[in-house]
Amino acid sequence: MRIAVDLNRCQGYAQCVYLAHEVFRLTGQEALTYEPNPDDERRLQVERAAAACPVQAIVIDRLDGAKGSATS
Amino acid sequence: MTVPATVAELVRKFRANGRIVIVGASLAGLRAAEALREEGFTGSLTIIGDEPDEPYDRPPLSKQVLKGWVPADHTTLPRLREVNAQWRLGVTATGLDRAAKQVRLADGEQIPYDRLLIATGTRARQWPNPDEAALDGVYSLRSRDDAAQLQKALAAPPSRVVVIGAGFIGSEVTSVCRELDLPVTVVERGSAPLVGALGGVIGEIAAEIQRDHGVDLRCGLGVSSLEGDSGGHVRRAHLSDGTTVDADVVVASLGSIRNVEWLEGAGLASGFWGVGCDAGGRAFDINGVVTDSIYVAGDVARSPHVLYEYQFLAMEHWDNAVLGAEAAAHNMVNFEPHYRPHLLLPGFWSGQFGLNIKSVGVPPFGDEIVFTQGSVKERRFAAAYGRRGRIVAAVTFDHGKWLEYYGKLIEHSGPFPPPPPGWDQPPDMKPIPAEFPQPGVPTALPDVVLTGHDPSERAAEFRPRPR
Repeated sequence: MRIAVDLNRCQGYAQCVYLAHEVFRLTGQEALTYEPNPDDERRLQVERAAAACPVQAIVIDRLDGAKGSATS
Repeated sequence: MTVPATVAELVRKFRANGRIVIVGASLAGLRAAEALREEGFTGSLTIIGDEPDEPYDRPPLSKQVLKGWVPADHTTLPRLREVNAQWRLGVTATGLDRAAKQVRLADGEQIPYDRLLIATGTRARQWPNPDEAALDGVYSLRSRDDAAQLQKALAAPPSRVVVIGAGFIGSEVTSVCRELDLPVTVVERGSAPLVGALGGVIGEIAAEIQRDHGVDLRCGLGVSSLEGDSGGHVRRAHLSDGTTVDADVVVASLGSIRNVEWLEGAGLASGFWGVGCDAGGRAFDINGVVTDSIYVAGDVARSPHVLYEYQFLAMEHWDNAVLGAEAAAHNMVNFEPHYRPHLLLPGFWSGQFGLNIKSVGVPPFGDEIVFTQGSVKERRFAAAYGRRGRIVAAVTFDHGKWLEYYGKLIEHSGPFPPPPPGWDQPPDMKPIPAEFPQPGVPTALPDVVLTGHDPSERAAEFRPRPR
């Protein structure tokens, strides 16, 4: 699955790190880095992280499953 | 206000059967395409991109990708919806014929449009000496391929890295080098890192941070040449003070160049500064008259900003690409009075040396700065920029949650120095000069001249200066 984090919005609450630490990481106190293309097995974790983000900064691909038709 | 039936009918027909072409297949191009479909556009949509890949995200390239945590090809952007477009990837747009309403492609094909969105963005400025730029081990960083190659070179590992230029990309690359425990020398022409974006006061703090992390930072200097070995691999950088630095990886982070060459001769207000457009993304022609069918979004767009005395600003920020694209897309499938302005409060972020650096507003628009929260010593602070008694921007180091507070003040044209935030205030809140470099004198730019005598014939024309 593909994700992006709108880091203009992100305020470093770290809820995503708490819920999906294989996908989201903090470097230092506030700087978030993430795996933009996590394994599909992580989907539930990532969806929970996205739902828990206080500023709703996590964007999840809404076309997943339509893989292959990459440039539809 | 009601829209006359004929106009409503035009809009309906265009949405159903119009032809829209987007040139540029990165963040702005993709989000514009999605927004067009979201707005009910069901006509034909063509997206042209010069890279072979579908749209990908760039911020991770200089951070998690370089570090080796995420492969470069894992950065494809998430999609918000189907766009049902004809994708023309891996082919460059080479010309625009506004009379025939066609985009010319490098393969000779002409793509007709009713409405066109220019979202061609910027590219990295390459090391100016082509022979030296072609040496193995010399990199710049903009595309996914750039990131993949540089990551490989950093993983080798090199004996030393030289980073030329300490703007945001250069500083992020430097930070990754230190995280990988690579010796790194930074050569910066200005007085400190990040000076252009954040001024000398913040630049000094950034310089200290780099040095504390073991960076060999050399400011006020340039690289005069790069020297390669007999095998064509870079081995040494010669600096403008006569010293040399041995290195086997050199990263030129010299800023960006706007991708406007393909618009030459099209009669648009385009040049090294970008493509001029109104706040709704409608492109200006060379005379400064707004066009009806051409729109601009993303890094290449330059539009007047209400909060900054209507100065034309180009903003190379992630949210500018997203929100500018959405506004332009909306306006492409609507008519007056339903146009929407793109009134973004600019903002960017950077992760480096374990710090979250963020800003809102336009710091270089200010001439004074005041530290309003936190502690510079602890590298956890907020500072506001002001101009003539008004707050125009703010920057935070590991203080991101407060950015919204400053953003609101800027949006409401609040006073400078700003009212005390009431928490975590430093003892000294006295404004000081922000120390931005004076804008340079532009060289080798074309003159714009007025030609024609009769008012109906008066028009502007580019006259390139002899170099």
